[in-house]
Amino acid sequence: MQEKTLSEHAKSLRSGEYSSLELTQHYLDRIEAHQSLNAFISVTAENALAQAKRADEALQNNAENLNRLTGIPLAQKDIFCTQGVLTSCGSKMLENFISPYDATIVERLNQSGMVMLGKTNMDEFAMGSSNETSYYGPVRNPWNTETVPGGSSGGSASAVAARLAPVATASDTGGSIRQPAAFCGLTGIKPSYGRVSRYGMIAFASSLDQAGVLSRSIEDGAMVLQAMSGFDDRDSTSLQAQVPDYTSELSQSIKGKTIGLPKEFFGDGVAADTADKIQQAIRQLESMGAKTIEVELPNSALGIPCYYVLAPAEASSNLSRFDGVRFGHRAKEYVDLNDMYEQSRAEGFGDEVQRRIMIGAYVLSSGYYDAYYIKAQRLRRMIAEDFSKAFEKCDLIAGPTTPSTAFVLGENNDDPIAMYLNDIFTNSVNLAGLPGLSVPAGFDQKGLPVGLHLIGKYLDESTILNVAHQYQMETDWHLQIPGGFA
Amino acid sequence: MATTTWEVVIGLEVHVQLQTKSKIFAGASTAYGAEPNTQACDVSIALPGVLPVMNKEAARLAVKFGLSIGALVNQRSIFARKNYFYPDLPKGYQISQFELPIVGKGELEIETDKGTKVIGITRAHLEEDAGKSVHEGFNHSTGIDLNRAGTPLLEIVSEPDMRSASEAVTYLRKLHTLVRYLDISDGNMQEGSFRCDANVSVRPKGQEEFGTRAEIKNINSFRFVEKAINYEVDRQIDLIEDGSEVVQETRLYDSEKDETRSMRSKEEAHDYRYFPDPDLPAMVLEDSFIESVRRSLPELPEKRKDRFIQEFSLSPTDADKLITEKETANYFEAVCEKTMAEPKIAANWVLGELTAALNQENLSIIDCPMESSKLASLLDRIADNTISGKIAKEAFSLLWSGTDSVDKIIEDKGLKQITDTGEIEKIVDTILQTNSAQVDQYKGGNPKVFGFFVGQVMKQTGGKANPKQVNEILRNKLD
Repeated sequence: MQEKTLSEHAKSLRSGEYSSLELTQHYLDRIEAHQSLNAFISVTAENALAQAKRADEALQNNAENLNRLTGIPLAQKDIFCTQGVLTSCGSKMLENFISPYDATIVERLNQSGMVMLGKTNMDEFAMGSSNETSYYGPVRNPWNTETVPGGSSGGSASAVAARLAPVATASDTGGSIRQPAAFCGLTGIKPSYGRVSRYGMIAFASSLDQAGVLSRSIEDGAMVLQAMSGFDDRDSTSLQAQVPDYTSELSQSIKGKTIGLPKEFFGDGVAADTADKIQQAIRQLESMGAKTIEVELPNSALGIPCYYVLAPAEASSNLSRFDGVRFGHRAKEYVDLNDMYEQSRAEGFGDEVQRRIMIGAYVLSSGYYDAYYIKAQRLRRMIAEDFSKAFEKCDLIAGPTTPSTAFVLGENNDDPIAMYLNDIFTNSVNLAGLPGLSVPAGFDQKGLPVGLHLIGKYLDESTILNVAHQYQMETDWHLQIPGGFA
Repeated sequence: MATTTWEVVIGLEVHVQLQTKSKIFAGASTAYGAEPNTQACDVSIALPGVLPVMNKEAARLAVKFGLSIGALVNQRSIFARKNYFYPDLPKGYQISQFELPIVGKGELEIETDKGTKVIGITRAHLEEDAGKSVHEGFNHSTGIDLNRAGTPLLEIVSEPDMRSASEAVTYLRKLHTLVRYLDISDGNMQEGSFRCDANVSVRPKGQEEFGTRAEIKNINSFRFVEKAINYEVDRQIDLIEDGSEVVQETRLYDSEKDETRSMRSKEEAHDYRYFPDPDLPAMVLEDSFIESVRRSLPELPEKRKDRFIQEFSLSPTDADKLITEKETANYFEAVCEKTMAEPKIAANWVLGELTAALNQENLSIIDCPMESSKLASLLDRIADNTISGKIAKEAFSLLWSGTDSVDKIIEDKGLKQITDTGEIEKIVDTILQTNSAQVDQYKGGNPKVFGFFVGQVMKQTGGKANPKQVNEILRNKLD
């Protein structure tokens, strides 16, 4: 049952082959059986079964007019506020936070009839690339449980890869959808900034955060993305642009599409076996009729320093609301107001979050603002302009999603810079606000998945979805199942 | 050393609460006085994940102000985050404007005893208000009421152009009148809708460089502004004259003790770590929007004053008094419209009897129990000689406290003026006969005795004789 695509589930639910209740129970059982992956922070079985029941009733009464997603289960990343359910964002700070409201995307996916199985584990406040900063413990990668699933959407990635959920929501500030997708052999889509509402998604870096999907295929991902996307008047950065019909555009041929290959993405920093797989994937795309052309992204090396000034700056301010006054963790003992703030925040936030708050407060402080924040903003514009120039010559850009495959748990824990370099190819895409995705492109010598990264023009998810889907029509990397999870 | 050798330098920052129905970045109501935290929506309490959405009405009100002072209105302005921790600041930052405010440079003219003076306005920016900390009734804890959190404020920053506490008060009153005219704020100082911080420094007269300034916070009445500044000026001069120095700091005004005291020093000052708010795109105002606001501008106080002088032949002083409060001016105009009395007479009554009666009962003109039509009919009865001005004052207090019409009061109390010439002549004759000594004095060349006769007639008639006729008849008989 768990090998079916979303369209197949939709068909089966309508034909009566199985009910949403049965399907939901099946996934709940799998979640229970594979708890050792630690993919979930909360499993909302009771709610899920109730939602499934309602979906079944609706399907019986009025199947034609219902969204295709009706009755299909999904997992929500714990960064999205879900009414009446713990929304921890992977932090001790929100260990007791039962959200009184639904995020816009949660509301939309509920309206589309999807069934929420639970909330997935994640790096604390989405700050991390291995899921090891979670207060709820590390998540394991189903392809090799000694390795990390990537982060910050590690729980969502692990859950979908292990078939504990057919699809999961995720969020991406510098690569948090695409890097776990690459590490777990999944399809991960981060749409253009502004495409999906941020209302109810706990903010890390507001100008970079974007919700998206982790799925097994482009087709599945496109279906869910469609349901999530579109203007929301509660988010001033949400776009009033028409959302294309993503699924209907998947079947077009990619003949004549020009793929830009930035030479900066194919240098020494990439592991040889990863690079090989990416080259193979590009040859595959060429054999399908796409043209390739070398392009330049001369400032891409500055993406990491730029990102690690701007993202912490915004985070330091976004996380100020976690002060122990109205909700969240409050220290038991304190002598005065300042002490309450200090103790509550020191106890509630983990090391990586504290590190980024301190970096962020530093780069915004008077006397340093121009040297860091303003300079980084200038770099950000240069990086975006590089992409614009490259896109004058091509329809999309391709490269590896990550420099190497999943690493062993604990390997990068003492070296934040090594950890940050995981996102070297992905975070410039967030800085430029562009859509990007990762699709499975084979396995390295250790048998771990390699991700192919496609980057589109602003608001042009359609092209990369189309190319990636056509690639999946010709390859079977995305159909591989990690051993023990069939 | 005499204080005259010192020059006082004052700049004001005025926080004006804009009267929008909902908050500046959220849908919750802004109404004053609700039960604590009943107007604190998800955005007001800064739940995780919530986002601000600009209330365009606040921008409209800010633009209205900008246009009224001839200021530059920035068609592109930026919201910035001002970061600091305080329990009544739910997000840990205040959304304000820093580098590109909605309103740029403008100016306001004030009348001083040395004539007209122009006070520069540096800028006016939009920001959100914080909540309130409630210290009473929580047994060693502090309560937080977030109803006010997110209420729109326009912070109007002046240049350091004022040279005395009284100039500062004049400027502040002028600003208060203006925002009330523009209908952008209720200006209620008790409820905190109009608050003022003052930057005060002193320097030896003739020195170009500014002295070290102190910022006085928490001044919530015109009277306190004057007192707080005067206290602070004396304190600074004393310090310097005693050989010590003024330190740059923030001070709080304590109106009960009438003193300012240090709140935090420059070293303790917050580093607010301002940066553009990534949740809010730059606010762009279309030309058409600004033009529509311009067209909606009401008659401004200065214009109205000029018009009152022209149209009603009022003195500048009376016109100024009438226009200060928009509602007073409206009342005056309503009376003028309804009465045949001269506008000058109407002005005297509005500024005289009516204002006195309001003050007596501590009422504002908005709550005036006497409709303008009532006052108008009273003035009509003076104009048509039914009653004299003096008797009218008596009628006024009956009119003020009762529900009867003017005519009924005149009738019931027999206040009607005696205008029958024969009747007045009879009375005059009697008085002249019984006071022959005075008649002799008058005829002997003492004109002052004339007033005595008038007085006697009035006494005899209970003040009801028409004074003009009394005068005429007396002259005829005596001269």
